[in-house]
Amino acid sequence: MSRRLTPGRLLAWTVLVVFLAVTILPFYWMVRTAITPAADLYTDSTGLVPQHPTMINFWRVLGFVDDETARAAGGSGAKINFWRYTVNSLIYSGLIAVVQTFCCAMAGYAFARLRFPGRDLLFGVMIAALMVPPIFTLLPNFALVKNLGLINTFAGMVAPSLLMTPFAVFFLRQFFLSVPREVEEAAVIDGAGRWGIFWRVIVPMSRGPLITIALTTSVWAWKDYLWPLLVGRGEENRVLTVALGVFLQQSPNTRPDWTGLMAGSTLSVLPVLLLLIFLGKRLVQSLNFTGIK
Amino acid sequence: MRNSVAVTAPLAPDPPGGPPVAGPRRRHRDDRRVAWLFLLPVLAGFAVFYLYPTIRGVWYSFTDYSLLNTPSYVGGDNYAKLVTDEQFWKSLRLTAWYVLLNIGSQTLLALVIAALMHRLTRSVVLRATLLLPWLVPNVTVALLWMWMLDSNLGFVNHLLTAAGLDSQGFFTSPGQALPTIALVNTWAYTGYTALLLYAGMLQIPQHLYESAALDGAGELRMFRRITLPLLRPILALVLVVSLIGSFQIFDTVAVSDRFVPVGAARVIYFYIYQQAFSYFHMGYAAAVAMVLVLILGVLTAVQMWLLRASRSDLS
Repeated sequence: MSRRLTPGRLLAWTVLVVFLAVTILPFYWMVRTAITPAADLYTDSTGLVPQHPTMINFWRVLGFVDDETARAAGGSGAKINFWRYTVNSLIYSGLIAVVQTFCCAMAGYAFARLRFPGRDLLFGVMIAALMVPPIFTLLPNFALVKNLGLINTFAGMVAPSLLMTPFAVFFLRQFFLSVPREVEEAAVIDGAGRWGIFWRVIVPMSRGPLITIALTTSVWAWKDYLWPLLVGRGEENRVLTVALGVFLQQSPNTRPDWTGLMAGSTLSVLPVLLLLIFLGKRLVQSLNFTGIK
Repeated sequence: MRNSVAVTAPLAPDPPGGPPVAGPRRRHRDDRRVAWLFLLPVLAGFAVFYLYPTIRGVWYSFTDYSLLNTPSYVGGDNYAKLVTDEQFWKSLRLTAWYVLLNIGSQTLLALVIAALMHRLTRSVVLRATLLLPWLVPNVTVALLWMWMLDSNLGFVNHLLTAAGLDSQGFFTSPGQALPTIALVNTWAYTGYTALLLYAGMLQIPQHLYESAALDGAGELRMFRRITLPLLRPILALVLVVSLIGSFQIFDTVAVSDRFVPVGAARVIYFYIYQQAFSYFHMGYAAAVAMVLVLILGVLTAVQMWLLRASRSDLS
């Protein structure tokens, strides 16, 4: 990489900066709209900065102001409580990430290191399940959850992804295969049982991949839409993605409540942005193997 | 290899005067009981939410089932209906068109971005920024762009009219809805794809570029002669993985459905969803889903084949 600024390099940088601008612009416009008073939307929708910036749209979608004030600020009068939905989303993705990573680490370790009859067959069947598109299992899963009476419950929402995904098992098994056996042999001679080895030797050694898979899982759960839409539509358990969809449905077709919608959207971006700021480096560097191998 | 060494090693220092004690080594071989405990949660989850529903799904496709009755066997009726269902074929055509637009533009742009980054910078901040759209829920992505592309107040139409052009309907236009959704998803996934390709490019030995530069090769020539051929296995893999994802487009379509002219963006995933949950034709929906399973099965087979090919290529 030469550091001289030739016309070619200048052009290349310009193209890269344009891509970056296109990436960021919609997010900027989201925040810009979220802090614009709803009444100004028709008169003040072109400038880069709103003329009368306000936080009222956030307060009203979070349910912090009374109905009267919310309607005056552009709300449709429908009850919206994004504070609750944000908390639901955080619990939903946090719980799934932690429990799933833990269970899949145990199974990944068993598949990588323990000897038992039928191991390779079982693992093969699990990998084959990666080929089945989610919509295919979603139909019977919905029927199952419905028959169990778990529609509109938190249990029904988390059930299918709480314990495992074939991908996480696969990913962690591949990693555990690369852990040198000598490390375990030493612990075995010290008299540690399988659980002791796993918990005191393998888990601390594998902090990196475990965090990677937990992060990836939490992002997937944060983005989840279809399953929570079917099973968690009710106000109590609604997550942010479902809430945004419902919010759009409720606002009038001809005149959607864009300032409120953008305030809600900002809430769905904020945790991801924080994740990127604090763990961006790990996330970016983990991409080359989670994505492909 | 490492395996056999570990097995034979403890035999060497046999204590004189006694047979080797069957201590830790015996335990090592007898993992059966503890293995099931390690596997229990995952096996439970797999059996109930993956294996069982996969079998049920195949069964549904041969039944008449509305979620309220018990499924009744109808043989191949659902499949026979499929063949003459004009909406089904239209959904397949729309999906193909969508995938073509989305994957075509996304792969091309990602390749350009990855190549530029590879030759210009190793900045983590830049990479993290490019990843942002991928981290955001697709529902949010849809809303952001529905607002950006709003026919009255949208930012893009402001730009178009300012440039003296006509404002466009985008999501609300019958001809533009599907391409709009395809390009919105291109926006959401290009950064992610670019980072995968970029990671692949980092594996290419740097000295190839240095000696090419000494020979007086320009950047474009290096891209065509070094980057592209050596990236090929990874590029193929990324392409297939994105294809599989692209066939399953749903969120953007579902969220924007209210503004899109009826049926203009009814891709196969959305068609299955509607059949199952708007009309309660679970059996028929399962049959349509079987078609998707077949399409994706072929793609996955290609992916596995490429994975094996690329592994032997690189190592």
